[in-house]
Amino acid sequence: MEKMSRVTTALSSSAVTGRTMFCHLDAPANAISVCRDATQVVVAGRNIFKIYALEEEQFVEKLNLRVGRKPSLNFSCADVMWHQMEENLLATAATNGAVVTWNLGKPSRNKQDQLFTEHKRTVNKVCFHPTEVYMLLSGSQDGFMKCFDLRKKESVSTFSGQSESVRDVQFSMKDYFTFAASFENGNVQLWDIRRPDRYERMFTAHTGPVFCCDWHPDDRGWLATGGRDKMVKVWDMTTNRAKEVYCVQTIASVARVKWRPERKFHLATCSMMVDHNIYVWDVRRPFIPFATFEEHKDVTTGIVWRHQHDPHFLLSGSKDSTLYQHMFKDATRPVDKANPEGLCFGLFGDLAFAAKESLISSDPNRKPYPGGDRRYPIFFFKKPDPTEQFAHVSSALSVFETDLDSNRMDWFVKTAQLYLLSGKPFAELCDHNAKVAQELKRPQVSTTWTMLRIMFSDPANLTTTGPNHNLSKLGTLPLMNSFSMKEMGTGMGTESRLERGKGESRQDNIHLDPGNSHISNNKEENEETEGSEGQAEYMFGDAELDDDDDLYSMEHDNQTEEQEYTLPQEAFQLRHEIMDNPSAPEHLQQDKSDSPHVSGNEAEVTCLTPIESFSLISISQPLFSPHLPASFFCPIVREMLSYYAEQGDVQMAVSVLIVLGDRIRKEIDDLTQEHWYMSYIDLLQRFELWNVSNEVIKLSTCSAITCLNQASTTLHINCSNCKRPMSNKGWICDRCHQCASVCAVCHHVVKGLFVWCQGCSHGGHLEHIMNWLKGSTHCPAGCGHLCEYT
Amino acid sequence: MMASHPGTDFTCKANGGNSSGRVPGSGRHQSESESELSPALKSLAGLCSRDAEERAAALDELSQAVLLCLGVDRPGSARLCKQTLLHLLRLSGSCPLREVRGKATELLRTAQDHGVEVPRALALGPSAFIHAKEMMKEGPDQDILVESFLSSGRVDHITMVMALHPAYLSCFLRTQHALLELDGPLPRHWRHYIALMAAARHHCSYLVQQHSAGFLEAGGEESWLSDLQHAPSKLRSLQTLNKLLAHRPWLITQQHIQELVYPGADPRWSLAELIHAVVLMAHAHALCSLVWGCGINPEPDHIGGYTFQPPSPGHFPRSPHSPAHEDGRQELVDGAMEVEVLMKRMVELQQQQEEEECTQEEMVTRFERERSESIPTARVRGTPPDLVLHLVEDPEFRYEDFAPRGEQAPPTMRAQDYSWEDHGYSLVNRLLPDMGQLLDEKFQVVSNLTYHRMAMHEGVDTHTLRKALWNYIHCLYGIRYDDYDYGGVNVLLERSLKVFVKTMACYPEQTTVRIYQAFWRHFRHSEKIHANLIVMEARLQAALLYTLRAITHYMR
Repeated sequence: MEKMSRVTTALSSSAVTGRTMFCHLDAPANAISVCRDATQVVVAGRNIFKIYALEEEQFVEKLNLRVGRKPSLNFSCADVMWHQMEENLLATAATNGAVVTWNLGKPSRNKQDQLFTEHKRTVNKVCFHPTEVYMLLSGSQDGFMKCFDLRKKESVSTFSGQSESVRDVQFSMKDYFTFAASFENGNVQLWDIRRPDRYERMFTAHTGPVFCCDWHPDDRGWLATGGRDKMVKVWDMTTNRAKEVYCVQTIASVARVKWRPERKFHLATCSMMVDHNIYVWDVRRPFIPFATFEEHKDVTTGIVWRHQHDPHFLLSGSKDSTLYQHMFKDATRPVDKANPEGLCFGLFGDLAFAAKESLISSDPNRKPYPGGDRRYPIFFFKKPDPTEQFAHVSSALSVFETDLDSNRMDWFVKTAQLYLLSGKPFAELCDHNAKVAQELKRPQVSTTWTMLRIMFSDPANLTTTGPNHNLSKLGTLPLMNSFSMKEMGTGMGTESRLERGKGESRQDNIHLDPGNSHISNNKEENEETEGSEGQAEYMFGDAELDDDDDLYSMEHDNQTEEQEYTLPQEAFQLRHEIMDNPSAPEHLQQDKSDSPHVSGNEAEVTCLTPIESFSLISISQPLFSPHLPASFFCPIVREMLSYYAEQGDVQMAVSVLIVLGDRIRKEIDDLTQEHWYMSYIDLLQRFELWNVSNEVIKLSTCSAITCLNQASTTLHINCSNCKRPMSNKGWICDRCHQCASVCAVCHHVVKGLFVWCQGCSHGGHLEHIMNWLKGSTHCPAGCGHLCEYT
Repeated sequence: MMASHPGTDFTCKANGGNSSGRVPGSGRHQSESESELSPALKSLAGLCSRDAEERAAALDELSQAVLLCLGVDRPGSARLCKQTLLHLLRLSGSCPLREVRGKATELLRTAQDHGVEVPRALALGPSAFIHAKEMMKEGPDQDILVESFLSSGRVDHITMVMALHPAYLSCFLRTQHALLELDGPLPRHWRHYIALMAAARHHCSYLVQQHSAGFLEAGGEESWLSDLQHAPSKLRSLQTLNKLLAHRPWLITQQHIQELVYPGADPRWSLAELIHAVVLMAHAHALCSLVWGCGINPEPDHIGGYTFQPPSPGHFPRSPHSPAHEDGRQELVDGAMEVEVLMKRMVELQQQQEEEECTQEEMVTRFERERSESIPTARVRGTPPDLVLHLVEDPEFRYEDFAPRGEQAPPTMRAQDYSWEDHGYSLVNRLLPDMGQLLDEKFQVVSNLTYHRMAMHEGVDTHTLRKALWNYIHCLYGIRYDDYDYGGVNVLLERSLKVFVKTMACYPEQTTVRIYQAFWRHFRHSEKIHANLIVMEARLQAALLYTLRAITHYMR
């Protein structure tokens, strides 16, 4: 093969041009390497060993080094490296333990030059010395590193890793004599090439194998390591002890790590399992990749920057049998996709909202939040190239406080604690929950429960209390307001309502509850009930309703039971329609939207459930109920649940879901259910209602939810005596053979619940301590502390 | 102040003692149901206390309870329930604490004197292949037995055999505990059921009974045990995977995985559940190899492990002949020769490796030769016991010898392309946190386990031998190492050893005393057990690698 003429100098990065492109290989690649002037790349794998020329528009196959009819295992490469000084020289590490060098200048077809078979097991890595032409280093699974002088037939020195497999070896850029080796047991060793008897320095970099390491190209003494523990760490080796300066947590084990040329803080990584992408990280911003290349369909096995002084081209080979050239400008920038806005509710209804400053700064009323102004991270004092830095993101954080009284969430906590979700017959659960809601002055919710009970109970077993109570009301109801019902039904298109709701919550910086503010302005006599309730789910509805005083008063008067009313004629109407179309609930709904009488359904979806409830109760009157299977109600109940969830009362949605169980579950798609569960559990946990949240998790039927309690529930503890982790048992330390937790009362080991005083850290069996505290307030251990337990 | 509350104390102990780990709910439930069974059982939990005094108290309580029962004027064995008797029998045989053992024996004798029909163990010692006395002579580590008794409430035969290698035992128990008891996506009784489904594939009634007990203890439904059809369809859908995993794991493809975890699949497995089940099954299959390979005797409280018949004169408890005794003097000398030869070969092999360079062709041939070498595996066992038969689907499905090269070359997995360290570990740890770590430790312990001795020789580097054994098993499962010369297998593993290893790894239910005795005749039993452990772990890893690879492909 003729020598190709090249006229490039190391620094003329402008000479490197190209575009994002790829070519198919015949077989999966294990490693790639590029020659010094960035014009050719070698791809090596179990069944492939080829050189491609990097042309402007495409890869062109230049040479197939895998020759022979039955190529020997020496061609089965685990790693390959192109010499950076001598352009004809390549080295490969073979899976059978051979280290092979190749001379492209050879006239014969077989370019194999030297063959070293000194390693007994797979060689994982070969590395040429950056400045010394004839020096080659190898690291093998057999635990040895060998240094070869290519002018000699065998290795000149052997470094022993004490039978620990070597995963990577790298000559230092800074020190002529130093190389780093990474090991399967998590260690990294530094060796002096002149002293094969002992390593210079060793430190534990990762838990589990360290798959790769890379010295920083600008001689700063920085070493990046990547391991099976999914971390990339940057070590400062100039100090006495290797110091971890940066750490990036990735999502999968790190197979390769390569510093990006000309960018001090950038490095590229790829993974060995599961994750096929290549990430470029800014080590100072470890939480989100600076850039991502997502082209590969299987794990990426080799990455290399095309030119050692050009940061814009990255080459990669993969198990999916492709070779890619990635242009940096074509990379995905996860930052752009990241949501720059954050929103979070506090426990007491406070709202924190962070957004890009540009979005908020127009608001003249904004006051800087104390301590929240950290707009300029110090390292962004200069910005040479906007595309090469993390976008300058500075966010403004706004905190909206609600005044406590108007927005208490007591009802939520009480409801959560008092609701019964299982363990009793369905009807009893409903009755109980209805009562709870009633006592908390939430008539709508209460009535919903009653309705549910009626809808889904076996008609034969209908207990008399509930319906009779309501039916007696029914008898005294005056006819009124049917027209306003209609207005409401039409005026409450879901879309518009939601949008208005959003707009309000954004405009309103201080007062989160426009409904309540309106209420206090408009309806003095209702202040008491409103104040005690302050429920979120009334919020938007009220806001909309305030222009209709009649309707408004109607609803709330209803709560105080001064004015009993409902729409009896509507109820009967509905009933007759059902008689007409007993099997077509959709039809029924259409009818409703047309006819003023049956708009009750819509009303239910907004806020006037008492009315709706009566109409439905009347449906379940014995005369007709036998014709209506429980499943008939499912669409309505589904809508009702969605309504509650949408209004923020996910508690109701989830509670009903659990209580109804199989009756309704199939009607609602799993994702929605999961979403509700997650929201409710999140809320419960914020209120520290751990028991309720666990009960909900346990009762849920979503697989994604039930498994919440199946993972990571292990608590790791350290021995109180020797401060080492206790691996085996929770109560006895393997190392110092001391019992870690001894009851201060009975002096026995505590194996179950251990309770201790946070003041003096003495404690013991929960029951013993409780008994003790009945008699004394001092610590049972005799330390004299006045123990405090909450 | 020593005010102790018996109630709470007992609960705590049950938590710690009854193998339920730190799952207070289940522990309490379990001990309550136990105490309903028999008053005497209550004090059994106390025997596992770490406090010597408490143990003594529990022992007193136990003997009083038993004596009380005996005192009641009821006829015959009605006075003591069978379960209590069996517990006593077990304690008298296997409890590592001398005082407990003595007391239990004494109580049984007293009961017998009172006219109660008392069971006796059919088997002597944990293994049918190893004489109980020799077992004691080789000195299993007592400390670890005591520890195991205190933490799990019993010392089963597997533990006793493994106690010859305490370093291994501790990480084995840790893994098993994590698999069966600690947090994980599968409910506890399911785990036992999956394990017993797996054990049934190898007709291993020992493990089936162990896990049946565990299954019932965890609140499983008894009817499931009588027939597979009573188990939920989700469990039954594992059958195909179970079958392949047990006999021909190389056939597992991503389709098999997809069938189980595909979003539309009904019943659907989550990946985490599936991994858990796979590890459970592979663990149980491998353990079957050990149970058969060491001739583990039924536990005294297993069916077939005890009898109420008095011993007939002239018939002694089944006591296996120890190899050294049975064979004549001449064979002993031969055995000694064998060791010498093996030693020499190991040394030779190490030296030779450097000089010889063979072609890839030759290497492949050597691998194929080992893989397809016909090793006669005795087909001695008849039909499997009823106990396991109805838990197996397609019982005819077996390990299949790889055809000789040429016709239908079976797939070979290259160890370098999918290895436990690089790939398997990450996947397991991703889906089942901590399990990868535990398995990894176990593999490391077993591959580094050595006492630097071989038969009568001390200070031997047995690395090549262990490596040959490990790679031979992987070879039987079609996994090939590029960097290993399979000629070594042929040199180091004599034919009788290969017969044993292949039988154990591929047809464990066909292992016989003869096969066990035929190999390494001059080696210690503990060394043979060591070989057993290597076979077991290598088999486990091979099965896992194939399944994990299929899962990786599915996730791709």
